[in-house]
Amino acid sequence: MRRARDRVRRRERWLPFVPALLLVTLVVALPILGVVLLSFTRVELEGGLVPHWAGLRPAVRLWQDTRFFGALRNTVVFTGSSVLLETLLGVGIAFVLNRSFPGRGLVRSVVLIPWALPTAVMALSFSWIFNDSFGVANDLLRRVGLAKEPVAWLSEPLPAMAAIVLSDVWKTVPFVALIVLAGLQGIPEEVLEAARVDGLGAWQRFRWVVFPLLLPSILVAAVFRAAQAWGAFDIVYVMTGGGPGGSTETVSLYAFQNFFRYLDFGYAAAIATHATLLAAMIALVGTLGRRRRGAS
Amino acid sequence: MTGRRAGLGVAVAALVVWSLAPAVWQVLTALKPDRDITRTPTVYLPDPVTWKHVEALWERKPFGVYLANSAGISGAATLLSLVLAAPAASALGRSPERSRRTILRALVVLTLFPPILLLFPLYEAVRALGGLNRPLALIVPYAALSLPLAIWILERGFGQIPAAVEEAAILDGLGPLSRVVRIQLPLAAPSLVTAAILVFIFSWNEFMLALTFMTRDQAKTVTAGIASVSGSSMFEIPWGQLSAAIVIATLPLVLLVLLFERRIASGLTRGAIKG
Repeated sequence: MRRARDRVRRRERWLPFVPALLLVTLVVALPILGVVLLSFTRVELEGGLVPHWAGLRPAVRLWQDTRFFGALRNTVVFTGSSVLLETLLGVGIAFVLNRSFPGRGLVRSVVLIPWALPTAVMALSFSWIFNDSFGVANDLLRRVGLAKEPVAWLSEPLPAMAAIVLSDVWKTVPFVALIVLAGLQGIPEEVLEAARVDGLGAWQRFRWVVFPLLLPSILVAAVFRAAQAWGAFDIVYVMTGGGPGGSTETVSLYAFQNFFRYLDFGYAAAIATHATLLAAMIALVGTLGRRRRGAS
Repeated sequence: MTGRRAGLGVAVAALVVWSLAPAVWQVLTALKPDRDITRTPTVYLPDPVTWKHVEALWERKPFGVYLANSAGISGAATLLSLVLAAPAASALGRSPERSRRTILRALVVLTLFPPILLLFPLYEAVRALGGLNRPLALIVPYAALSLPLAIWILERGFGQIPAAVEEAAILDGLGPLSRVVRIQLPLAAPSLVTAAILVFIFSWNEFMLALTFMTRDQAKTVTAGIASVSGSSMFEIPWGQLSAAIVIATLPLVLLVLLFERRIASGLTRGAIKG
């Protein structure tokens, strides 16, 4: 009986993974291999846009390309500011949602709504809100007396970046709040009670008890969000198309333009590959740094 | 104490306004007559309420077709993703602890790659296979890209089934397939629903692949169909109609959230707590 069961188990061990593995290989693994290979090629216009082996030439061109550096800078600014804002706001929202008040269940659902809406579609609705002439953002600013002249939100570099970051924060802050809230609910009541008995004030309890226990959740949320923000495409494509003057162009959008507009396939692949490698390196340095600090 | 309660009340109110305001603004815009949409200073409430934009939506653009495409593609992707994720997740629950953890971690890493990295080879492959404008060109990638999340959620669902139940089924002579169909799936049904909702939302919302793979108007999903109008000049955009389109395209998602908030929340936080 036992031997028969073992045989069944062995056979069953790998079989269930095969279909999923096959699909992931097809849609994720092979394309990653493909894009890396493509990044070493260059398209020759004669002979119908066929990629030819170009070795490291696309890479060298990339690291001399000022537009790439601009896109990189925009991506860093976008990722940094939106993840920072989302984290601060998300933690605050999690604390509010953790309190008990009438209608809390409904409020939680309402807070989650932005997360579920399509980024591209909401980006369009934000470009209506931030419309230079008829946008409600300008009208509200004027009414409360913060701005006399309408702000040209989407046609000036700094306001455009601010509008995009704000829209992204709106859309993704529920995700951070949700993860942090789950972490908050995982803190045992006894721990807080003990801190209270020890005479710690509200701020001290937060700083020395709650925050350290919450940090892992905050970091998980921030890592997921940073990875997504680094690849930001939808929101920029729809709201500004990278403009004005390339001031909001992210690396994903620059790669996209190279592929679909300039038909420079190899270079597009080089941009995507290098930008991803760079993010992976930053993540690696961050992880090692944390490990080392954790060890000492 | 009353001061703290008042503070909480203000915070909750601000939270609700912040979360709903952009969507509510689209509803108001969709119901306003054209002359009020482009009036300064801004007219806030629709007066009189007009259904003209909502009606026009079904006449000018194949909006109904967009919706049907989105529903079909998202539904099929959800089904495919669950069918492939379920066996893997159930087997994962019975794997040795170390390989189980390794595989779950590897799945998370997969989700961190930026989609632009996959876009170019996928586009080339789809074009070479003659798949542009075919629903399958989106269904297969959507299912694949949702697999990690689906497996994470289902693994927990299957993991909660006691081993004794499984062994009793083996002793009763049930084969692998009937064990899955008659024992595991019914017991893991709640996590299947959670995974299905999340995969459906992801598929409905995806933009980059839909924008590039679906070039013909009749093949577009609602997300790509609406959002790709932004290329034209601001003054050509009929904002009333567009707002109506945005409202209708996002309505199914709002309903899903209101109905299934708890499931969505538990599905999303599945990974975060256990690390």
